[in-house]
Amino acid sequence: MDKQPGMQKTLFEKIWDKHVVKTIEDGPSVFYIDKHFIHEVTSPQAFAGLKKRGIPVFRPAQVVATADHNVPTLNQHLPIREEMSRKQVDALISNCAEQGIELYGLGHPFQGIVHVIGPELGITQPGMTIVCGDSHTSTHGAFGSIAFGIGTSEVEMVLATQCLLQSKPKLMRITVDGTLQKGVVSKDIVLYILSKISASGATGYAVEFAGSAIRSLSMEARMTICNMSIEMGGRCGLIAPDSTTFEYIKGRKFAPAGVIWDQKKTEWEQLFTDPDAIFDKEYHFIAEDIQPMITYGTNPGMGIGVNEFIPTQDQVHASDKSGLTKSLTYMGLKEGAPIKGQSIDYVFIGSCTNSRIEDLRMVASFVKGRKKAENVEVWVVPGSKQVEAQAIKEGIDKIFEAAGFQLRQPGCSACLGMNEDKIPAGKYCISTSNRNFEGRQGAGARTLLASPLTAAAAAITGKVSDIRELL
Amino acid sequence: MPLPLQKIKSRFVPLNIENIDTDQIIPARFLKATTREGFGKNLFRDWRYINDDENQPRSEFVLNQPVFSGEILVAGKNFGCGSSREHAAWSLLDYGFRVVVSSFFADIFRNNALNNGVLPVQVTEAFLEKIFAQGPETELLVDLENQSIRILNGEDTSGKEENTETFDINPYKKTCLLNGYDDIDYLLSLKPEIEIFEKQRGGN
Ligand code: SF4
Repeated sequence: MDKQPGMQKTLFEKIWDKHVVKTIEDGPSVFYIDKHFIHEVTSPQAFAGLKKRGIPVFRPAQVVATADHNVPTLNQHLPIREEMSRKQVDALISNCAEQGIELYGLGHPFQGIVHVIGPELGITQPGMTIVCGDSHTSTHGAFGSIAFGIGTSEVEMVLATQCLLQSKPKLMRITVDGTLQKGVVSKDIVLYILSKISASGATGYAVEFAGSAIRSLSMEARMTICNMSIEMGGRCGLIAPDSTTFEYIKGRKFAPAGVIWDQKKTEWEQLFTDPDAIFDKEYHFIAEDIQPMITYGTNPGMGIGVNEFIPTQDQVHASDKSGLTKSLTYMGLKEGAPIKGQSIDYVFIGSCTNSRIEDLRMVASFVKGRKKAENVEVWVVPGSKQVEAQAIKEGIDKIFEAAGFQLRQPGCSACLGMNEDKIPAGKYCISTSNRNFEGRQGAGARTLLASPLTAAAAAITGKVSDIRELL
Repeated sequence: MPLPLQKIKSRFVPLNIENIDTDQIIPARFLKATTREGFGKNLFRDWRYINDDENQPRSEFVLNQPVFSGEILVAGKNFGCGSSREHAAWSLLDYGFRVVVSSFFADIFRNNALNNGVLPVQVTEAFLEKIFAQGPETELLVDLENQSIRILNGEDTSGKEENTETFDINPYKKTCLLNGYDDIDYLLSLKPEIEIFEKQRGGN
């Protein structure tokens, strides 16, 4: 129900109401989109659809493109070897050129994972509506925007009309209060929430994250949380903007400046949930309860503290029993066993969840002066060219080199194993990405999701370790 | 344009697994095409074949068992979670499925399916169990107009309430699906209104 003027509104509703062009009786709303990010994998069929209809892109200036999902992370200056991947990237280049869309493709200093570059360029701003043909578009919600992933037909709709048909989701608030323990970071918060509410716990909801533990996080850490709101099934995740948000945006390439900045900032300061606004569902968690987390199964809700034991049949919900056996068989793990000490073959530090400069700094500060274990291969894949350049500027590349880590070039890489960066079948990979589905990192690959710190600890010890014992 | 869908009477393929994510429906390495066709042969690829080899089908997997057939896929709770890849819907359609029945669907998958003329039918857990308990000969009747799904297991079930369930669908989406309309045509017809909206809010 639409609220009457003067009624208390949530952050989501404030933004939503400003973007409804009209509401179809008994149906969805025509919802206006401010920014549309596109990439090579989910856009070609949408452009083909437009061509078939004989219509151009409606608002090319509101579309930004990059190549990330399918690109190699070594030798990016060379032509892409794999033919199908090359064709997709070429299609993106020609589609953008034909339609006048700004493309930060391979070789461009702004290229990178779509959800890393939007914020870092100041394109992502509070109060906006943002979509992309990629489910982790929820990342941008960390700025207090409504941002969500769409399918290719919807990409076509937005290219054609800058609008989508959307039904208003239900509203959920997840509040995390308190102070995190040392060695516990934002990735652990979101893995902890997932372990409590499950991989479908927020399906149908827009999720606002609130509370003192969330407020105290940096922008990059907030992005990690909103990034994984889709792993709970959430339509989107969002955090009210505050001084941390404004400081992060100010001065970035496409951020407003001068008088417009002041005007925008005043607008953005209105973007918060009113004290008496009502959510359809609320959860509360305590930051002090959260340990460094790790997943043992094949969906991101199957997580435990690193010192805990893999659950047994009688510890999981009745409906999850068959899932547990199937997952553990795939993972080659045993119910009731400790996860700590599990030997690891690969470490992947990257993806739109944890590949920003703060993530790399966090890993580097722990790894400095240490060496990776013999049995592991370590890939660090920065989220963007700018992150890569900054890491080099700060000497982080040297620290990684000395530790035996491979610093690769930006892209999605082993997050989804579309390019050559695949984890071999049966091998264990501790990964800072967001999905541990069967085969996600390569057919038969076994993924354990964790924070950059926990991943770094495993890189040094060669097994699942408690970072708190090493700091 | 999606194919219109009114009534589907068909046997079903049972896939009694929960949380089937889109990486299982169509693994990422098959997303490299630039057209919408031909994804059916890679549907559930890693569950269908050993070592990714089409000459080595896994005999225990339902799609490889000739006793199961039909245009309806019946799957466990939380079907279609994970990535936004519309390729999941395209691969189901290309394989020949017009309806997916589950007790819960992930949001993005639901939208993608509807946009491509694949109907997600959400039933109760109990009804889902009941379908899974049927033999491979049993047919299901999905009637979009009446928003109902019925188990037709040979007996005269017309009077049996427990063999029928109704399901929800957004009325707008229902009209689209019944007629094979498509959202883009509708949105294009609104362009003048969209332009007025843009002017009133002063751009962004
Ligand atoms: S890094 Fe992974 S999750 Fe993020 S956009 Fe790329 S493929 Fe998607």
